[in-house]
Amino acid sequence: MEELGSLIQGFGVALSPFNLMLMFIGVVLGIIIGVLPGLGGANGVAILLPLTFSMAQRPGGTTSAIILLSCLYWGALFGGAITSILFNIPGEPWSVATTFDGHPLAQKGRAGSALTAAFTSSFFGALVAVIVITFLSPVVANFALEFGPAEFFSVYLLTFCAFVGMSGGNAFKTIASMMIGFALAAVGLDSVTGTLRLTFGFTSLLKGFDFLIAVIGLFGIGEILETLEEGLAFKGASAKINMKVVLETWKELPRYWLTSIRSAAVGCFMGIVPGGATPASFMSYGIARRFSRDGDKFGKGQVEGVVAPETAAHAAGTAALLPMITLGVPGSPTAAVLLGGLLIWGLQPGPLLFVEQKDFVWGLIASMYLGNIAGLIVVLTCVPLFAAILRIPFSIIAPVIIVICAIGAYTVHNSMFDVYMMVVFGIIGYVFKKLRYPLAPMVLALVLGDRAEENFRNAIKGSGGDMGVFFSNGLVGSLTTLALVLLFWPLISLVVAKLRSKAPRQASGG
Amino acid sequence: MQDDKQQDGRSAASVRSVELGTALVIFLFGALVAWDSFRLGARWGEDGPQAGYFPFYVGLLICISGAGTFVKGLRDASLAGESFVEVDQLKLILTVLVPAVIYVSLIAWLGFYVASTLFIAYFMHRIGKYSWLKVAPVAIGVSVAFFLVFEIWFQVPLPKGPLESALGFG
Repeated sequence: MEELGSLIQGFGVALSPFNLMLMFIGVVLGIIIGVLPGLGGANGVAILLPLTFSMAQRPGGTTSAIILLSCLYWGALFGGAITSILFNIPGEPWSVATTFDGHPLAQKGRAGSALTAAFTSSFFGALVAVIVITFLSPVVANFALEFGPAEFFSVYLLTFCAFVGMSGGNAFKTIASMMIGFALAAVGLDSVTGTLRLTFGFTSLLKGFDFLIAVIGLFGIGEILETLEEGLAFKGASAKINMKVVLETWKELPRYWLTSIRSAAVGCFMGIVPGGATPASFMSYGIARRFSRDGDKFGKGQVEGVVAPETAAHAAGTAALLPMITLGVPGSPTAAVLLGGLLIWGLQPGPLLFVEQKDFVWGLIASMYLGNIAGLIVVLTCVPLFAAILRIPFSIIAPVIIVICAIGAYTVHNSMFDVYMMVVFGIIGYVFKKLRYPLAPMVLALVLGDRAEENFRNAIKGSGGDMGVFFSNGLVGSLTTLALVLLFWPLISLVVAKLRSKAPRQASGG
Repeated sequence: MQDDKQQDGRSAASVRSVELGTALVIFLFGALVAWDSFRLGARWGEDGPQAGYFPFYVGLLICISGAGTFVKGLRDASLAGESFVEVDQLKLILTVLVPAVIYVSLIAWLGFYVASTLFIAYFMHRIGKYSWLKVAPVAIGVSVAFFLVFEIWFQVPLPKGPLESALGFG
């Protein structure tokens, strides 16, 4: 039970008054970000990241900075549910499944129960995921301490191949999005050979593309453009939550314990494997509908239909931090931005963090417990306040969000060129979203591009150019093999489906 | 579904044409990446892989996926009937995008705060149809709030223009 001792130490770090204050600020800002269209977890963290540069330089400052940013993330996860239930607008992609039953409930006048159910199950999902992180991450990190470049590259490979295999969309589009990310990451000065790559003589490209700019453009500006199509007005149900509704809903919730546990498990799994919160929420909604006794009533306003996706989304969103801190492989775009933050603050994400930065790691884990409790308290007490934000007319909110995005983009490197690039990324994000190119692989590739390439180079340098190094021992071999299976999964499942459809035909023919 | 469409609900572009166009751009981008990496050297050097080694294959994969999407889009006839964006949706998007582009290019001349004030004011007046009397306090108030947060509290300097230097903040 060494973990418990470290965790208690972590609570000591996280419970300082300054960190507690940051926790509440982070959660409140996060909920606002989650409620507003055009601002979400990933670009909210991206915009705030430059403001933590000076904070992170003080002793213990990196822990405070990560607490602020991760609490922003929890807040955004909570906030997404508010807009889905009251306004039928998913503030975040992972809240889409919450609208299916949440909004009908609100229309029936049961908005309070829907919100309470959503927040409570979010909290439960997160709690399960944090417990998993507490006990599993030291094991994973310890295991990963012996990783060499080949192993790390094969873990990266596995991450990226998992996107192709598990996204369920068009594999070509996933690969295109991912490889564009890698290409953009390669732009600029190559640190190994010192040559300029893909700059085509433009001096503004020397520094390369910063993933923060891409995130702010793709998710911020792109999303605003997409929101505009729906029109300018938001029409919502009114939100009233009082203690009575909360207690009544809490009495009802234990009935759905099986759904909760199942959804939390789906969420944790999908978060650790980079499937992400969005597919996790859909998947667990589908599973809950299939297994529930009231399955046919789903979609008309079942509390269980809110519990399932919210638990899974929050569990996945939280679990996505496990591979981020242990292996340096983020499980979601927001985790990718947080990872980028660690790199900027001068920390090396990966197994060594657990050895060299104990305070940081365990402070972060402890803050996950506390941040989610803070989040639950804030959302349950302040829902009407946050819902009021959406009643501010879009013609005021939209330009202010664009201004905030521009400030965020500028402050990354104090460069106007980045602001122009943000607009370009915004247009790309809009077109890609509408054509169903997944954006998460591009962001992950942009963040991990340099590290993936470095490990790849070191691995094949060591082997003298022999690709066999990625199969040289049991561990790296099975990782690489698994990655390749996932990569070709769309093809494999196609072949299997063909064989299956052939088999009955032959049987009926004979 | 086609019958009840009004005139301004016309499709400005089909999903298919945008799909094919995007795939083509992606293919060309991949070709550019591969070509430039090949120029740098995408082989095995004396002391390891050359600078273009990794990006070269990245470029090739972009080309393959662009070509794959293109072929799939050509085969899928159903995409041609689907609307990518309707005319009045596009108009709405452009009424936001064009001012946003102008705003971003004005920052370098006028500074962040003045440009932001003008942008918010224009947006509120043009799209929200607010009277200038309501527009002015909101637009100026937001910019002053940003000024206090960034310049004073976080001490993160944003680009400034003639107004700020006239006021002695340059």
